[in-house]
Amino acid sequence: MKEERQDLHPDIWVQDHGDVLFRYALVRLRDRAAAEEVVQETFLAALKGREQFKGRASERTWLVGILKHKLMDHFRKSSRESPVTDLISSEESPEDFFDRNGKWKVEPGAWGDDPGDVLEKKEFWKTFKECMVGLPQRLADVFSLREFEGLETEEIRNLMGLSTTNLNVQMYRARLRLARCLDTNWFERKEKEPQK
Amino acid sequence: MITCEEATRLISESLDRKLPLGRRIGLRIHLLMCKLCPRFLRQMLLLRNAAYQYREEKEKEALSPSDRLSLGAKEKIKQALKTHSVSKSSP
Repeated sequence: MKEERQDLHPDIWVQDHGDVLFRYALVRLRDRAAAEEVVQETFLAALKGREQFKGRASERTWLVGILKHKLMDHFRKSSRESPVTDLISSEESPEDFFDRNGKWKVEPGAWGDDPGDVLEKKEFWKTFKECMVGLPQRLADVFSLREFEGLETEEIRNLMGLSTTNLNVQMYRARLRLARCLDTNWFERKEKEPQK
Repeated sequence: MITCEEATRLISESLDRKLPLGRRIGLRIHLLMCKLCPRFLRQMLLLRNAAYQYREEKEKEALSPSDRLSLGAKEKIKQALKTHSVSKSSP
């Protein structure tokens, strides 16, 4: 029998799938250099493991599957490299959000009753993106694993080596900051007149 | 009654897991009495929708030039692939 793998064409992988994989990685890592690196690792791993390709899924799907693993490796690695202690300690210092009595310092904005409406606006998305970029890397990571990848908290904890409390705190801070950022940069700009 | 700070923590936590009954009730009561925390809850729900939609759309939308691998990066990866496929036979 002829041992021929008609379905894999490593020589044109970069050309055929490079951009798609890159964007997939870029959405999740928000860093071009890191995304490039992960894409390269993906192709190399695919090359190495090409015997495992069963031809059941398309070449693209198979590559994306490998990319997902590489992304998880990346998150795991970066969580080892940047310790969480700094986040915890800054958590204990008083924040800009609440006063000593646990009351809001700055009122959160009323974002209107129709979220569907908001999500149609181009400006909103621009601000959303900027706010994501403005998050500290660690917070952006946990937020995107949870909200973009839809991972369960248990999976994120294992991946990043975090305690439950720690993850709660980071999720909380990421959300709080994103909300505040959208408040100041999108909703207030939109409403203009000061709210009493 | 729990404070707004505690309430917002619970709101965030409730997006990730089911809260134990006692806390859930505490949060409910707070939300009934508080003017601001329901806003935060709405913000959180919107944020969740937004994140979901953002990802979906990002994947559908046509590739913009800035979302592409640069030519340099492509060459680099191609080279790496070549090197590895040559050395593949030797483990």
